[in-house]
Amino acid sequence: MSIILNNVSFTYGEGTAYEMQALKNVTLKIDDGEFIGIIGHTGSGKSTLIQHLNGLMKAVSGEIYFNGRDIYEEDFDLRELRTRVGLVFQYPEHQLFETTVFNDVCFGPMNQGFDKNEAGLRAFEALRMAGVPEKLYYQPPFDLSGGQKRRVAIAGVLAMKPEVLILDEPTAGLDPKGRDEILDLIAGMHKSKKMTVILVSHSMEDVAKYVQRIIVMDEGQVFLDGAPREVFKYYKELEKIGLCAPEVTYLMEDLKARGMAIDGDATTVEEAKQSILKLFQ
Amino acid sequence: MGIIKASKVVFEYIRRDEEGNVDSIQTAVDHVDLDVKEGDFVVILGHNGSGKSTLAKQLNALLVPSEGTLWVDGKDTKERKNVRDVRRKAGMVFQNPDNQIIASVVEEDVGFGPENLGVPTEEIWKRVGESLTSVGMLKFRRHSPNKLSGGQKQRVAIAGVMAMEPKCIVLDEPTAMLDPKGRKEVLSAVHELNRKKGITVILITHYMEEAVDGDYIYVMDEGKVVMEGLPKEIFSKVEELKRHRLDVPQATLLAYELKKAGLPLSEGILTRQELAEELERCYVNYSK
Repeated sequence: MSIILNNVSFTYGEGTAYEMQALKNVTLKIDDGEFIGIIGHTGSGKSTLIQHLNGLMKAVSGEIYFNGRDIYEEDFDLRELRTRVGLVFQYPEHQLFETTVFNDVCFGPMNQGFDKNEAGLRAFEALRMAGVPEKLYYQPPFDLSGGQKRRVAIAGVLAMKPEVLILDEPTAGLDPKGRDEILDLIAGMHKSKKMTVILVSHSMEDVAKYVQRIIVMDEGQVFLDGAPREVFKYYKELEKIGLCAPEVTYLMEDLKARGMAIDGDATTVEEAKQSILKLFQ
Repeated sequence: MGIIKASKVVFEYIRRDEEGNVDSIQTAVDHVDLDVKEGDFVVILGHNGSGKSTLAKQLNALLVPSEGTLWVDGKDTKERKNVRDVRRKAGMVFQNPDNQIIASVVEEDVGFGPENLGVPTEEIWKRVGESLTSVGMLKFRRHSPNKLSGGQKQRVAIAGVMAMEPKCIVLDEPTAMLDPKGRKEVLSAVHELNRKKGITVILITHYMEEAVDGDYIYVMDEGKVVMEGLPKEIFSKVEELKRHRLDVPQATLLAYELKKAGLPLSEGILTRQELAEELERCYVNYSK
């Protein structure tokens, strides 16, 4: 199982004065069970890219294969693709609309054509997975706190049992604890359900801590693609395109510059701690 | 009295049922005392729902205290006749730049505030130029705001507030929606206004790194001020901050972890420079 993008390009407003090429010949392979982070400055093409992965946007040129099948083929079921590749938008809580939390989460599976019973079962499971406390199930979603609303919105996508979960900045606007809770939840699902997870983020620290592979986007192209340690080695190049490395990566560079024989390219607090302690052994 | 002074300020959200009877009362701000000196850079931290934004909205009289008193530049915000003055003294910038920009050209957007105050046209243009310069956006004055990046839009929003010549700006999570570069741009613009023009800044944020350079920090939880002090004092209490659903900057966390593991580092390390210097000192001593 995999998603393959072959030379995918996309242009907004083609043929008009506002024409803007948002993706330029993007070629990527996303394997089953990967945990990927996508970073890039505002307008680098991240959101356009992820909306191609579930067929919400159609490439101007190039092909996309989901499990070996071209999604632009005529008899390909795009509706089904959208349930298998679940997309959680930025500020997903703005899309809550039902009278209770439970009904809101049922909406996805009902739309998929499941009966009330099955939809209900899926909603229960999704709400439990997303860590929403049971006492909130029959409350209006608008009464919940920001972090809880976001969990409900994520549950709404989980209820469709996607194989791939894509989240566009799931922690924007949350407090530090809320940030950790949502990211731990996502990492937990990746681990226990073997779900493929794609996380779009502006936080280099979060990406470094959680994902296995980072895709860096710049001007509609893949600028770098690799493990966090590899990618953040290029911090000078990242700065040129409006990004940066985690604080600790800069600290390690600073220590090296001060002539300390420190090894490794730490990208997380834990890694930095281990390398520094080794100096003092 | 400082530019902003709060004495036992309480704010309650009252929910009523269909007959108008009180259904529930939620105390969002609970007996808060503040005293902000003119020219200070004050940071308010607290988790989602801790009451920060409710407090912020009282600083320019969008909400008025249910109990207690809040003075902005000596004016009681509860008095209706003071509202205009209070809003002129304390400008406000919100999280989402797209919700605050109204005109189709940058300079017109910035001019909207002073125009509303009845400032003469010539003076408006002078102020527009000055405030766009102060946030480094002058060269975009004839651009359309929707073509700007998030950080640029947010700086235009700040310029819009500056054009009303306030003494104080209140920023409610101005960087929450921005990428790293946008965050840096906005933060340095705000620091510059504070340093060069002596504008009092009240910054509400969830990014601990942004609080490090503040003069004073208030931490809120359940509507109350639960901690207050200098950044060094606040961030040396790692466990206590975590209990309030907050965090410390990465350099501080690393220093804390290393200290726990036995390295002789001093308390209250806030930046990676400080940590690097401390580690170098330890390393030199250790190598001897």
